[in-house]
Amino acid sequence: MIVTVASGKGGTGKTTVAVNLALSIGDAPIYDCDVEEPNVHVMLQPTELETREVQLPIPEVNRESCTLCGKCAEFCQFNAIFVGKNGVIVYPELCHSCGGCALVCPENAIAEVGHTVGQVHITEANGRRVVYGELTIGEPIATSVIKAVKNEVVGTEVSIIDAPPGTACPVIETMRDSDYLILVTEPTPFGLHDLKMTVDVVRELSIPFGVIVNKAGIGDDSVTEYCKGEGIPILMEIPFTRRIAELYSRGIPFVEELPEWRERFQQLFRAITEEVEHHDQ
Amino acid sequence: MISEVAVVSGKGGTGKTTITAAFAALAKDIAIADCDVDAPDLHILLQPEIQFTDDFVASKVAVIDPDSCTMCGLCEEKCRYDAIHLPEIDRIACEGCGVCEYICPVGAIQMEDKVSGVVHTSTTRFGPMAHARLHAGEGNSGKIVTEVRKLAIQLAKRHAKNLVLIDGSPGIGCPVIATVTGVRLAIIVTEPTMSGIHDMERVLSLMHQFRVTPMVIVNKYDLNPDNTVMIEDYCHQEGIEVLGKIPFDPIMTKSMVAAKTLPEFAPDHPITETLEAMWRRIESRLSEVAGARS
Repeated sequence: MIVTVASGKGGTGKTTVAVNLALSIGDAPIYDCDVEEPNVHVMLQPTELETREVQLPIPEVNRESCTLCGKCAEFCQFNAIFVGKNGVIVYPELCHSCGGCALVCPENAIAEVGHTVGQVHITEANGRRVVYGELTIGEPIATSVIKAVKNEVVGTEVSIIDAPPGTACPVIETMRDSDYLILVTEPTPFGLHDLKMTVDVVRELSIPFGVIVNKAGIGDDSVTEYCKGEGIPILMEIPFTRRIAELYSRGIPFVEELPEWRERFQQLFRAITEEVEHHDQ
Repeated sequence: MISEVAVVSGKGGTGKTTITAAFAALAKDIAIADCDVDAPDLHILLQPEIQFTDDFVASKVAVIDPDSCTMCGLCEEKCRYDAIHLPEIDRIACEGCGVCEYICPVGAIQMEDKVSGVVHTSTTRFGPMAHARLHAGEGNSGKIVTEVRKLAIQLAKRHAKNLVLIDGSPGIGCPVIATVTGVRLAIIVTEPTMSGIHDMERVLSLMHQFRVTPMVIVNKYDLNPDNTVMIEDYCHQEGIEVLGKIPFDPIMTKSMVAAKTLPEFAPDHPITETLEAMWRRIESRLSEVAGARS
């Protein structure tokens, strides 16, 4: 079973929920798909076991056989290849690795070579498998690194995935194949607005979901009212307290210092499991 | 010459939009661009009156005619995005490369324009504003960000403003790169948490790569004074100016709930004064950076 923790708005507490949930329910592995700014490892301080490069194929033009006909550049939808008077320039960060240029080249002058866009770190923290992706700084396209992290998810065991913020393609890529989505929000106008956007996306994916209201008490009741009106279950409310904020600032998962929360996360997890079984039937 | 200042953060939820909105209220003669097209929130505080809306087409999408398709499977085999499961093409997974159209032996696939989102130009009580909304699940966030910046520059020209204030998105990927490319000055809003520091370092490397001058604001600095010192030391070592610090104060959220910027909601509050001092410094730094470039 894959449980993915997501949110439209950034900084609502996705990583906090993912980490504290995992710590409360045994040794469930965590996969950090927020590859632009991964933070799970900042909280769990794991030991690195293995690092894998994430590579995408990009074109390499053989200057001997290239006739500068320009068909590749004409075909490329992403302006990633430019044919000038004296040669061809490839812009790796614009390339979407579709392979079209190699396909259309009449001289077979284009081969594809690997271009590193990020890394996947396979790590371990107190016997728990922690896998996180890291997009190379300056590379724009995160989805391939997200896919590489998700490829590490093993079989049918319970897995917790930490998603990136937003509602665009990296988020959809992360949510695909999940059995349940926990949407973390905060009770503010920004939190509500971005929650609504996320709910629109999630409903299209037809994955069961519920909401955790983090930093409860800082704003207004509009998130609670919205969820009631829409029939969306509120799975948990985590109050805003200086204590929890301060623990987070030090990178400490709060269930370690406030053990009564372990039981609450276990309850939440039981409810999710029932919901998923119900949904599957 | 119109300059652009972008507010970014790496980590989400550090207070970018609240701070951008406050700067918009304090600045004179600016145009505003909300480049957080993935989860835009600035409009909640600025309540723009939309003057113009347009569909934004940045790419193509493959459309298959099931009647002429022979189910040969060649397109499915060549598609690198796993978007084709005959007889259907997944519009979200399709990146519009055109390989399937090219490879189809019977011409059953055609590329059509794909609307990725909408762009708006608007008026607000602080100046003209360009903003957008990416449709759920879409890619092309970088291209729509570039379009919003272009629209904001046009608005600035038309209304004789010399500065565009940009609210960016979290992260370091596509939309952030499109937000800061060619911008002179970026304000990095961070918070004194281990994650905030980690993410700030990554976004600072990105600024360095794209030769954007960064200035750092530590928001909610009193939640962890030790970490705040760590951030200040780090910036000092790296030669990065710390623009200032803002304490944690519920008034920030209260003003958001009232749909107002802080300078409007609490004009005499100490944080408003801090933000005023920061904005003055941004303006003077901007002229220094502009001078150094030209």
